[in-house]
Amino acid sequence: MRTCLALLLAFGCVRAAGPETILLRGGTVHPVTGPAIPDGSVLMRDGRIAEVGVRIALPKGARVIELKGLHIYPGMIDSSTEIGLSEIGAVREMNDISDIGLFKPQLRAATAVNPASEHIPVTRANGITSVITSPGGGIVAGQSVLMHLSGWTIEDMAVRSPVAMRLEFPRIQTPSRFGGGEAPGRASAYTDAKKRYEQQVRELNDFMESARRYQQAKAAPGPDFETDLKLEAMLPVLDGRIPMLIRAEKEKTIREAIAFADKQRIHMILERGVEAWKVAAELKAHNIPVVLPPTLRLPEEEDDPYDKPFTIPGELYKAGVKFAFASFGPGAEDNPRNLPYDAAAAVGFGLPAEEAFKAVTIYPAQIWGVGDELGSIEKGKWADLIVTDGDPLETRTQIKQMFIKGQPVDLDNKHRRLYEKYLAR
Amino acid sequence: MNRCALFLLALPLMAAQTTVIRNATVLTVTKGTFQGSILIRDGKIVEAGEKVLVPDGARVIDAGGQYVMPGIIDCHSHIAADSINEGAVAVSSMVGIEDVINPDDPDIYRALAGGVTTANILHGSANPIGGKCQVMKMRWGKDAQGLIFEGAMPGIKFALGENVKRSGSPGNGFGASPGLRYPATRMGVEDVIREALTEARAYQKEWRDYQAKVDRHEQAIPPRRDLKLEPLVEVLEGRRYVHAHCYRADEILMLLRVADDFGFKIRTLQHVLEGYKVAREIAEHGAGASTFSDWWAYKAEAYDAIPYNAAIMVRKGVLVSLNSDSAELMRHLNTEAAKAMKYGGLNETEALSLVTINPAKQLGIEKRVGSIEPGKDADLTIFDQHPLSNYAKVTKVFIDGELYFDRDKDLEERPGKETRKKALIDKLKSEEKKERKKPEPADEKKSEEPGGVE
Repeated sequence: MRTCLALLLAFGCVRAAGPETILLRGGTVHPVTGPAIPDGSVLMRDGRIAEVGVRIALPKGARVIELKGLHIYPGMIDSSTEIGLSEIGAVREMNDISDIGLFKPQLRAATAVNPASEHIPVTRANGITSVITSPGGGIVAGQSVLMHLSGWTIEDMAVRSPVAMRLEFPRIQTPSRFGGGEAPGRASAYTDAKKRYEQQVRELNDFMESARRYQQAKAAPGPDFETDLKLEAMLPVLDGRIPMLIRAEKEKTIREAIAFADKQRIHMILERGVEAWKVAAELKAHNIPVVLPPTLRLPEEEDDPYDKPFTIPGELYKAGVKFAFASFGPGAEDNPRNLPYDAAAAVGFGLPAEEAFKAVTIYPAQIWGVGDELGSIEKGKWADLIVTDGDPLETRTQIKQMFIKGQPVDLDNKHRRLYEKYLAR
Repeated sequence: MNRCALFLLALPLMAAQTTVIRNATVLTVTKGTFQGSILIRDGKIVEAGEKVLVPDGARVIDAGGQYVMPGIIDCHSHIAADSINEGAVAVSSMVGIEDVINPDDPDIYRALAGGVTTANILHGSANPIGGKCQVMKMRWGKDAQGLIFEGAMPGIKFALGENVKRSGSPGNGFGASPGLRYPATRMGVEDVIREALTEARAYQKEWRDYQAKVDRHEQAIPPRRDLKLEPLVEVLEGRRYVHAHCYRADEILMLLRVADDFGFKIRTLQHVLEGYKVAREIAEHGAGASTFSDWWAYKAEAYDAIPYNAAIMVRKGVLVSLNSDSAELMRHLNTEAAKAMKYGGLNETEALSLVTINPAKQLGIEKRVGSIEPGKDADLTIFDQHPLSNYAKVTKVFIDGELYFDRDKDLEERPGKETRKKALIDKLKSEEKKERKKPEPADEKKSEEPGGVE
């Protein structure tokens, strides 16, 4: 019994001794930030990329994985998901996205991420190694987290928390047919909605003003200074340490959001931005990046060209606006694994294929402020890599292996297990 | 002048009679893939092969470097209909999509631009027995009648599980009635279906007895027509297909048992996300399965959904199709099919079959559409790249040999449309300005906000 325990402890110790050093050899390396390296190698040590090149000396004790005929890419990043916060969309008890209230900057997505969510292994099986998960609802919804899709706890997983403060910019919202409440046709519906919107804009500006005064008061605290968790949570935004992820869909809202960010002197990332193409010049001028809604969606307006959602990424590219693809949006909530296909869908319609892949790797890394840590195969970055038998943006391509923080990740998941179980029935 | 106009009018019609698509990679789905041509005459495929003679006067479409496949068929859609759910009653077989077709729905054109030529438009899933379905061709520009797939087998929607139960849960009034509506459990769902079919059987007997008397030249009074039960009698007699919305394995087996007891076949199980768990039973019953490629976890009954569903069912001998149930997904069913290659290893032809010949068989229209074969309707989609690639886009779509979508033409017409749109908006604006200059109406409330009529 005692020996047994000792053995177990020893085993535990060995495992805890530190991550394996792994050399990937013989595959085509696609660094994304540079040209492809045929018959290339990547050395991963202590979770990071230690070396990239054609011939790398094999360090002592390193494990070699031969990848002849295969491709090595950086893992993909999904810039808008609910992973970890929502397990089954329609089951209230399994959702922690949206809390009560309009201003809740103190709420942290990282707090409620369930590291055992089935969505994590299902999503990463298609080559996605990290995601943004954000709280929703209200106006200031809370703090987003950027996390690796692997780890026992959020401490293992988090790359940045908070990575951004999420703001759902107020807009005129008339009641929809399914939204309940008043009948949409009622004469006062629009007037009421407009009043509500104006009220919310006022409240938002007041809230920012309070946060600023709190910042000043904290800088020179008087005897009656009291900590306020809500306002405290706004300090990283005001200090410019984290951006505001501002959700705005229509042109009017986007313009108002840009003006807001300008006036408040905060860093802004535009989220959803379905009409970002109408404001491309301003976005470019203000250096505001965009997290796109899913490319595979219907046109917003009845008389939009049928391919409008497919051409927008190409239009933004030509206008010089930086953007990242994201899976979250109407009709696509539960399938972040399809992120690469949202990127691919823009390629036939004006976006170069390399740009499409950059917009799920290096561009999101840059947008989220981790351009030197994620998104490409470069020395010093986190070793988040995928090994494929072809172009990751093509459905038919298989993800063969994955490494997160330099360690092999199990690509097994609930779907694969059920497949094997019932195929054998 | 007159004659000239007549000639011009007749030109497109004449040209439409004989068309040759040549230099294409032809994915017939049922007869292999080859580099060659397709001859179309009077709306039908006359010939498809490596060498096809071009008849004099034929319109020639050079599809060099491009791919032609049969028009995509969506076995489950809700586009082009003004209403979907009659949820006030648990059995709504008296209503049908045919009566609410909306030929102006832009989703028709969008589906067409995604290569879809035929779709099964279903009633919603609010009740165990829903309304009648309508198979349509995406003949954009035609009126409601013109969209109908003439001669297609009639169908009806059944539904099981959560959507149906919802109307029995407090605070979830689905449809007109804010109160509770039976059933609220899967047990009740079975009961409602059995009750309705039992009624239908009695009604069928009334008519048979009447007919027997008539045949014997006895005096007989015809039974009162029952519009709710008539379609169900057609179901019992195999003259109307049942397309049944279902998710969980248990409810799938329940429905198959009910159908066996009443002596008819379920034509298709729709969604059937846990079909992979009972694929053997589905195959034994002879039901088809029409599923999503990879949606999951959006509700409790979709938590065990897996993207391997289609492939497992195919391997176990079920006739499988992939459907959209969404105007968006409908636009890229070709790449949805590719997912069955990724998840479960179907080959190219098996994958393409999921959105062409298989749904055609499920809808009983496989003699007309679903593959590229002589004698079939010339419903064809041309892609600029292999349709199983995510980079492929549709360039042309033919229905009955007529060109219904042409990307070049679409692009060409855009500036003109923009100009016309702008002119209309400007006109509206200037009229509004004139309005504003007029003195205020006496009753201000009346014109408070645009669109606020009621």
